[in-house]
Amino acid sequence: MQRNPQLNEKGELQHLLSIEGLPREILLQILDTAESFAGVTEREVKKVPLLRGKSVFNLFFEPSTRTRTTFEIAAKRLSADVINLNITVSSATKGESLLDTVANLSAMQADIFVVRHESSGAPFLIARHVKPHEHVINAGDGRHSHPTQGLLDLFTIRHYKKDFSGLTVAIVGDVLHSRVARSLIHGLTTLGAPEVRVIGPQTLLPAGVEALGVRVFHDMREGLADCDVVVMLRLQNERMRGALLPSAQEYFKHYGLTADKLALAKRDAIVMHPGPMNRGVEIDSAVADGAHSVILPQVTFGIAVRMAVMSIVAGN
Amino acid sequence: MLKLPEAERLCEQLAAELRPRVGPKSAMVGLYTGGAWLAERLHPMLGLKTPLGLMDIAFYRDDYAARGLKHDPKRTKIPFDVNGSELLLVDDVLYSGRTIRAAMNELFDYGRPASISLVVLVDRGGRQLPICAQHIGARVEVPPGMRLTLKKQDSGKLTLALESERAT
Repeated sequence: MQRNPQLNEKGELQHLLSIEGLPREILLQILDTAESFAGVTEREVKKVPLLRGKSVFNLFFEPSTRTRTTFEIAAKRLSADVINLNITVSSATKGESLLDTVANLSAMQADIFVVRHESSGAPFLIARHVKPHEHVINAGDGRHSHPTQGLLDLFTIRHYKKDFSGLTVAIVGDVLHSRVARSLIHGLTTLGAPEVRVIGPQTLLPAGVEALGVRVFHDMREGLADCDVVVMLRLQNERMRGALLPSAQEYFKHYGLTADKLALAKRDAIVMHPGPMNRGVEIDSAVADGAHSVILPQVTFGIAVRMAVMSIVAGN
Repeated sequence: MLKLPEAERLCEQLAAELRPRVGPKSAMVGLYTGGAWLAERLHPMLGLKTPLGLMDIAFYRDDYAARGLKHDPKRTKIPFDVNGSELLLVDDVLYSGRTIRAAMNELFDYGRPASISLVVLVDRGGRQLPICAQHIGARVEVPPGMRLTLKKQDSGKLTLALESERAT
């Protein structure tokens, strides 16, 4: 049997590449450790000495502000040295130059590579080629996976809802192109959320999505009924050109989250969004800034979750 | 067979010793897990005005490079201003002194206390760092290779136990 590429021979987390395939115990270890780091981020000295002397390389082959910044803050709060590299590559030379780039950084004594890449699987490729003491964290690869975002979503849900056992969670919008949705669905099913729904137009839901253990809805009002958690996904503008959707206005009418649609969910439902938001496209401003919204706390929790992931992999 | 002292009696004894020394600036921090149990017992016995602080030193350990984060750390909670406080730092067993070194480093990331006194149920010797306790329930000679730990029974009763280091 082939070993899970994320785990070492003792079954401990060596790289974080995808939530898919991670055992429940490791997900819980990350969430529990993040809970302790959340305490660190609330005090005056927001730093612990755990990764002193370690070097974290942020390798961003695709632009990102929030994810890169929160990884940088997380690494700095662990006392690591952080080096940010924004690399744009031509797709023709990508394969070779990717491993060459990593080999060069490795020669500069890297300990952790945080990788964001437009190609699905790039962090897996790097993980197969790094030295045993080096660790790879996937910060989003193509349409495939965005495990730390999935983990911070899980952390946020657990923070507000305490546990997953009775929850109905709806994920709304462009599931087809979303790496966030996939990571979250795997995490929720592994941690025992009894009902995960995806809501969206046929053209934005992957074929056979039911196989992931979710219920599919095309009518948003039907899908939101009695939900505890509503996760809105970003509608990428470029999808409009792909003839998948008629217009942003039309999309908002059917799948935009407004206060009257949200009223169909439970009274204490929380609204999440991985950002960046398109106000007036997938979410109404009144909801994004409203009492149910936990969108900004998600960002704060993201730091603690990334601290947990880095400190767990670097210690294994 | 080594006869271990009764933890409950040591606890009473420590409370009696500490009571005359407690003042308006006194505050208490217990170290997870055994030290937290002891502190949860001592804190009400001393009638301290500030709420009890509980600390997990996992992020300050000196063996992270060798061991990593092996257990799920508990969240440190210091619900009072450390600045200027007269701190009673509470742990169950004092051995190498490394836990206390880590605890002091963490405490100073919360503020600058006026003083720190170390309160331990048992001092088993074997120090590897220049650290000593100001208030000690008992001194116990523990054979090498054995671990002395505090246990909490379902009833809440605290007891000391000796176990082989390999078993843990």
